[in-house]
Formats: sequence, structure tokens, C-alpha cells
Amino acid sequence: MKLAYWMYAGPAHIGTLRVASSFKNVHAIMHAPLGDDYFNVMRSMLERERDFTPVTASIVDRHVLARGSQEKVVENITRKDKQEKPDLIILTPTCTSSILQEDLQNFVNRAASESKSDVILADVNHYRVNELQAADRTLEQIIRFYLKKAQKSGTLDCTKTEKPSANILGIFTLGFHNQHDSRELKRLLNDLGIQINQIIPEGGSILNLHNLVKAWLNLVPYREIGLITANYLKKEFNMPYVSITPMGVVDTAECIREIDVILKNNNYTSNVNFEQYIDHQTRFVSQAAWFSRSIDCQNLTGKKAVVFGDATHAASMTKILAREMGIRVSCAGTYCKHDADWFREQVQGFCDQVLITDDHTQVGDMIAQIEPSAIFGTQMERHIGKRLDIPCGVISAPVHIQNFPLGYRPFLGYEGTNQIADLVYNSFTLGMEDHLLEIFGGHDTKQVITKSLSTDSDLNWAPDGLAELNKIPGFVRGKIKRNTEKFAREKNINEITVEVMYAAKEAVET
Amino acid sequence: MCKVESENITFECETGNYHTFCPISCVAWLYQKIEDSFFLVIGTKTCGYFLQNALGVMIFAEPRYAMAELEEPDISAQLNDYKELKRLCLQIKQDRNPSVIIWIGTCTTEIIKMDLEGMAPRLESEIDIPIVVARANGLDYAFTQGEDTVLAALVHRCPEMKQKTRNDFKGDSSADQRQNSIISVFSPKKHSKKECVVESHPPLVLFGSLPSTVTTQLTLELEKQGVHVSGWLPAQRYADLPVLNEEVYVCGVNPFLSRTATTLMRRRKCKLIGTPFPIGPDGTRAWIEKICSVFNIVPTGLEERENKIWEGLHDYLQLVKGKSVFFMGDNLLEVSLARFLMRCGMVVYEIGIPYMDKRFQAAELSLLEKTCKEVNSPMPRIIEKPDNYNQIQRIRELQPDLAITGMAHANPLEARGVSTKWSVEFTFAQIHGFTNARDILELVTRPLRRNQSLESLEWTKLVKSL
Repeated sequence: MKLAYWMYAGPAHIGTLRVASSFKNVHAIMHAPLGDDYFNVMRSMLERERDFTPVTASIVDRHVLARGSQEKVVENITRKDKQEKPDLIILTPTCTSSILQEDLQNFVNRAASESKSDVILADVNHYRVNELQAADRTLEQIIRFYLKKAQKSGTLDCTKTEKPSANILGIFTLGFHNQHDSRELKRLLNDLGIQINQIIPEGGSILNLHNLVKAWLNLVPYREIGLITANYLKKEFNMPYVSITPMGVVDTAECIREIDVILKNNNYTSNVNFEQYIDHQTRFVSQAAWFSRSIDCQNLTGKKAVVFGDATHAASMTKILAREMGIRVSCAGTYCKHDADWFREQVQGFCDQVLITDDHTQVGDMIAQIEPSAIFGTQMERHIGKRLDIPCGVISAPVHIQNFPLGYRPFLGYEGTNQIADLVYNSFTLGMEDHLLEIFGGHDTKQVITKSLSTDSDLNWAPDGLAELNKIPGFVRGKIKRNTEKFAREKNINEITVEVMYAAKEAVET
Repeated sequence: MCKVESENITFECETGNYHTFCPISCVAWLYQKIEDSFFLVIGTKTCGYFLQNALGVMIFAEPRYAMAELEEPDISAQLNDYKELKRLCLQIKQDRNPSVIIWIGTCTTEIIKMDLEGMAPRLESEIDIPIVVARANGLDYAFTQGEDTVLAALVHRCPEMKQKTRNDFKGDSSADQRQNSIISVFSPKKHSKKECVVESHPPLVLFGSLPSTVTTQLTLELEKQGVHVSGWLPAQRYADLPVLNEEVYVCGVNPFLSRTATTLMRRRKCKLIGTPFPIGPDGTRAWIEKICSVFNIVPTGLEERENKIWEGLHDYLQLVKGKSVFFMGDNLLEVSLARFLMRCGMVVYEIGIPYMDKRFQAAELSLLEKTCKEVNSPMPRIIEKPDNYNQIQRIRELQPDLAITGMAHANPLEARGVSTKWSVEFTFAQIHGFTNARDILELVTRPLRRNQSLESLEWTKLVKSL
């Protein structure tokens, strides 16, 4: 048992549901107790999704506990098949169902024979993998399923597209700025004269998956999700992939060069000169390279920062801060414990120390100890920063609704470098301003004096009234006090008791 | 009695495929209510993830709750539950020193049959902190019923006799308990006041967790009628739990407390006053009247008070009048809210509700029926264990002016031109008593007012395939 009240990566089924609901016309059925469909709330609220989240639960209740699910799961699958006519239904086990040890595969087999849609069981172990690992696996599972199916029916056509093309693997619902990154990557590949074959899974259709193999290469922008699929495609279909995250000026260039190598290996000479493109983008389109030479950034030289997040974003951010902006990264860390070796290797030489943990208190302690000028982390680090009065830029999931901005905010590609430069600069200057304010005593006095309507105090607060007033949350207390006093004055009441307070509340004019 | 009602109101039961919060969410408001408590949710990452996301900002405020996260060795019994729990509880004791630790059992502890009730007394004596066990799991309960399980468990910890407990305190050497008795000695004024009132009617204990401002309001409301409230379950502090015995009358303030009511009656022989719930001015008046009638008190000025409140609601009533509302159902407040909204002039199409205790809600149901007749409105359907998919089909057909629904459906419905109000807000807002009637309508009318202010814009349906 572990004492915890916060976690960086969610439970496995969330990963599976993220894959399922990213595809078009795929429905997930969770084998779960009442209340476990919280995923729907998150998707609807955080992503501000207009459509109903294609996730339902086959409820595990007392009866199921006593007699097993019996027909229930099969019924729920076939019913959903008729109602929504999805292309694929994924039966998703949860922590509860995985200890019930029901033969879900058997239900799936039975349901598959009765329904028009394909039915598969997500193959994830709740107690061994987290959200990210599960998503990675489920994506591979689905793609393998459909490629095998096409192979079997002989409809798999492995001829490559005429012009160079790429699949982008790993764009997800509820992913950190994934929608924006996706747009930016499309633009990048387009600039390089590379067609987009498919973007998987976000917005992708199951029915087209057999065309995946037509692409010349796969691009896996995020370390956490998509690699297993890319490896599978490489092994089975000999598709090369690029897994360098194009985040930051240097790595974006690296990523483009790798793509170039793959194209050259295919004896293709592009009419775009990749090196020229990189140079032009770096020096003139992206503002980040110029920013790092500007006086603004000079002032950041040697400032201490702490970076924490998922492996992809934390590693890239560490490299950007250290290599591209001259900021000293005192500590870089990730909660992706399963990928610790890769992370260490990535940030080696770019930071003083590495922290691999999924315990937020450890991260908090480390930040308190280092006292950096800025933090780049998740929402949790933002709150740690608040407590310690250190500004924080959010660079990675887990996230809040404010990390699903309506405006265009990619982290990847050349526009991404601009966004990151802004983020870094704003975090530091805010910190600076704060610091100066502190030294010079601030813009105005810190304590906000409640503006009372009356200057002469003819009103008396009875002890019980005052006690009640103090129970009211601070941010509305002033208003309530004013309203009550106004009311009392109107009614010629001299002493304000609890009763008067509530009488005032009931009097309509607030 | 309930049979008579069921002839008039139609009760239906669907598949139970609906969205609601897991009952462990009750820790969110209960840890704030019981100031010296610590809630330990014994469950998996799934439970933790839910709490973390559902409670949002609260997480960062050093809450007095935590997960005892079960890992694979716990599930496969490679680790000893008792030792593990002891280790965590000692850590909690050291870090927070709470007056009570409340274990929340979850689906997982249920399935692996972890004997929490058996372990608690042993551990309690070992670490010297009371441990209360509540099984608030998604296998058996929905959302607010979580509070019901916790309060039912707390009933067993309420002292039986006032005198006896005070003697106990004297005999006990523990420091903070002694402090308690010292405090009671130093506040004689309060006591004398209490005792003189107590003589006029048997003790009354109200049950249900409400913000302290609301408990004050309701207490005062009864006080005005000469009814003295001897205690609340739960109290602000664990040490202040009310005395419960066969002389005590109890009355609930929320419709989801049926288990607590049963426990009070069966285990403590308390007398339950069955009333409508004090939600809306009509409900509040009925609630007070019923309590008064039990104590043979003729209430004074209640009618005028109710009318005054209604007058104050005039502007909101104009907005809601004639509008239709559809409750998808997820928190068990639905019947009381529907009854209030009908009185406000709204038409209720459907009352979805997770669980309907016809006995505990009997008085509320008959007030609903009475209201229907008086406002001359058709009897709404009450759908127990609703099926959200079917409900959405019905919403499509009926096109209600307002759907009161969970967050999973709110945005998709809005995108389809159906105005919605999140049902969860009714659980967290102050909605009880005369004073807070306005707050209910504030919530209900918010989407209607939003519609008014965006009226001139034509983009109400924002999905492509319609």
C-alpha cells in the first residue's frame, strides 16, 4: 500500500479509453462499477468536446459480484452495436474487473459473432502499466488487429505512395497540446514536400488502417505513445520511423535530417533542400534562435530552473533551456519511471541532477531545496510553485482545462519554438517583477482594507453575528458585510445579529 | 402509505447505465465538514484518479484525505493488510494527528474481501485513534449515498447518554478529552440555556452534512418556533457527535440519507420524523411544520415567512415560469428539487434518480404529488436507475428548456441546443432553508439567463450532423 493523494499518470484504462475515443466511430465499453466513467467528464470538460464521448460502462454491481457478468457484457456490446453502429468496440477492463478474473475474452468472442462491428478486448494489466503505457499498447493492438485482418483477407496493399508520405503516430485526445502539435507537424511535413498518409489515432478511421503501410515512414512525435506501434510496423512491414521529438530548434532540425536520411535511402531526391529549409526556418521564421541571442535572453543566462514532466516534454525542455537559452537546469526529472534510462541518456550533460519519481512530494522537496527562479513542470509543479512563490510554466500533462487553449499553441515544430520561448521568458520575467516588487515594497499595501459604506460606525456587530461573518469565505465576506450593514441601516437596526444577517440575505436587493 | 403514492406517481426502473460520481467523492465535503477528521480511501489508482480530477483545486490545499493505494502485492495477498494499514495510519497520526480516521472501503476492498470492519477495532486500540469504517463503493452506491454510508457508520460512535459520557471523560486521562470537559465547565451560560429548552420537548437531532452557515440558519429557523436542536450528525468536530438514544427524535435534511435513518432507528431506537426536505421555501415550511407537529407546537408566522420568500424570488420566477425541465438523475436530490421547481411554475418531464427509497422519501413524494395537483401539472415519471442513452433519446424528442445533468453530457447537449445545468452544483451549493431558496434558482436560471444574453446570436446548434 502506498499513501498518496496525487498521481502523475492515470490508471491503465484511461489510456485505452483515450485511444478508443480518439479514433472515429470506435466505442469503448468499460467493465466497471458505477462512477468509473469519469473519463467522459474529463473529455467533455477538458477538451470541451461537443460530441458524446463514445464510452459506456457495463456496470459491475453486487449481482455481478455474486453471479458473474453472465450475459450482461455480451448484451451491452450487442446493444451498443445496434445503437451506434461503431466500426469497432473495445471492451476495456478496469482495476475492478481485472481482479474479478472473469473470462472477458470469452465474452468478446461471443459478442463478436453476434455483432456487425469488430470487438476486441484491450490487453492491459491494471496493476502493471499506467495510462501512457496502456495507451501505447492499445494503439499497437488495434493496428495489429486490422493489419492482420487485411493480410488474412488479402486486401493489404503494401505499395508505397508515389510521392513520399508519412504517418504521424500518437496524436491523442486529452494529450498535452496534441491538437496544435498535429497541425504544426502537418505544416512542417507539407513544407518538406511530404504528404500526410494518416494521423493516428486522433480523427483516424479504423476502416483506413490497412493503408498505413503505404507511407514511406512513420513519425512518432511523443516518446510515450506510438513507439510500440512504430516498432511493430518496422518489424512486420519494414517501415522506418523517426522518433526524435521535433521540439526546440536543434531537435526540430535533427528530426528533419532523419527524415531526409530515410528519403535518401529510398533513392528519393526532394526538390526541397532540407538544409536550406532548416537554416531559413531557424534564422528567420522561428524567432527562438534570434531570441536566444537577444538581450532579453542574455539576462536569463545562468538562472536556475527545474524541469519535471513526462519523458518527452521534460527531456526536450531541459535541452532547450540548457542548450538553446543558456539557462542552468539544476534538476531535470520525469515521472515516466518505465522509461528512466532513455531519459537519463537524453538529459545527460544538460542538467546538474536527474530525478526519476512519481511521488509529487519528492518533487516538491527538491524544488524547495534548489529554490530555482522558475519551474517548468505539470500542474502539480505549478501549485508547488504557487506555495513557494516561484513562477511555473506548464510543459506537460497532467493538465487542467487551461492547458486546452482555444488559440494556436503548439509545442512542436518551428511555431512551437516561438511558443516555448514566450513561455520561458514570461515565467522568468514574472519572477523578476515579483522579486523587484518585494524589494521595493510592492505597488500598494498588501492588505486589502474592506471598503465600508459608512465612515461613522453607528452599527454594532453582535458577537454571534461577527462569528457568523467570520465563517463566510474571505472573498465574499466584504460584500456580505456591506450588504448586511446597508440592510440594517435601512431597517433602523442597531445591532447586527445572525438573524439580521440572514434577513438581509433574504431581502432581495443584493 | 407508499403504496398509495405509487398508484399515482409512476415509478419505472431502467438499466442502470448512467453517469454519476463515485460515492467516495463524499470525502470532498465531509473532510471539510468534520474538521478534525482524516479520510483514508482504500482503493486503487482508479479511485485516486477520480478524486484528483473531480476535486480539482482542493487537492493542492493539503487536504485531510489520502489514498491508501492498493498495489499488486496487496491484491494477491503477498502483503499483510493489517500491517500495511497500520503503517499508513501511524504515518497519518504522526503527520496530522486527527481525532478520527475514516476508512472508505471501495470496490476493490469489497471484491478482495478485505475485512476493514474487523481490522479497525484492533488497530484503533493499537494506535489510539478512533477508526470508522464506511463502505462507500460503486458496486452498491451512487454519489451522495457515500455520505449516507459515512454517517451511518458515525451513528455507532455517538454517545448514548449525556451523563455517562461525561463520567467517562473524567475517568479518562487522555489530554484532549479532559480539555473538552474543561471547556464545557467554562461555558455554563450555553448549558443553562440548553437545559431550560430541553425540558419543553424531547431532544431533536438533525442528520445530514451541511455547511456550518446553513446549519446555523436551519437551527435558528427551528429555534424561532421554540424547537431546540440538541445536535447535528455530523458535528463540526468528531468529539462533538450528538447523544443518541431512544428518547431522541431525529430528522433528515437530505433525501439520500436513508441508510443513516435506518441505522438511527434500528441501532439507537431513535424516533424518525419523516418530512419533506428543507429544500425550497415550500419544503422548508413543510419540514418545520412537521417537526413542530411532532412536538405539539403550533408554528407561528410560517406562512407569512414562506410567502415573503416567494415574493423575494419574483424576478427569478418570471424566468422559469412555464419552462420545462428534465432531470437525468445522479445525486438523489432530484425529487425535492423537482417538487420545488414545479411549485416555481416549471414543468417537470422526467425525474431520473439513482435510487428511490419510497419509505424515507414518503413525505417528500406525497408533497410532490400534492404540488402536482395544486399547480395542476401532470405527474412526472420517476425513473430509477436510468439509462442515459435512452434518456438522451427522450431529451431529443421532448426538447426540454433545461436538462439537469452530469458533466459528461452537459457540453454535448449544449452543442445540440439543449440548455443544461450541472447537477453536481446542487450538491455543493447552499440550497437548504428559506434563506437559500434564491441560490437554487440562481443555479437553475443561469443557463436561461445566459440564453437571454446570447439571444441575438444564432449559433445555438453547434454540431454538424443535425
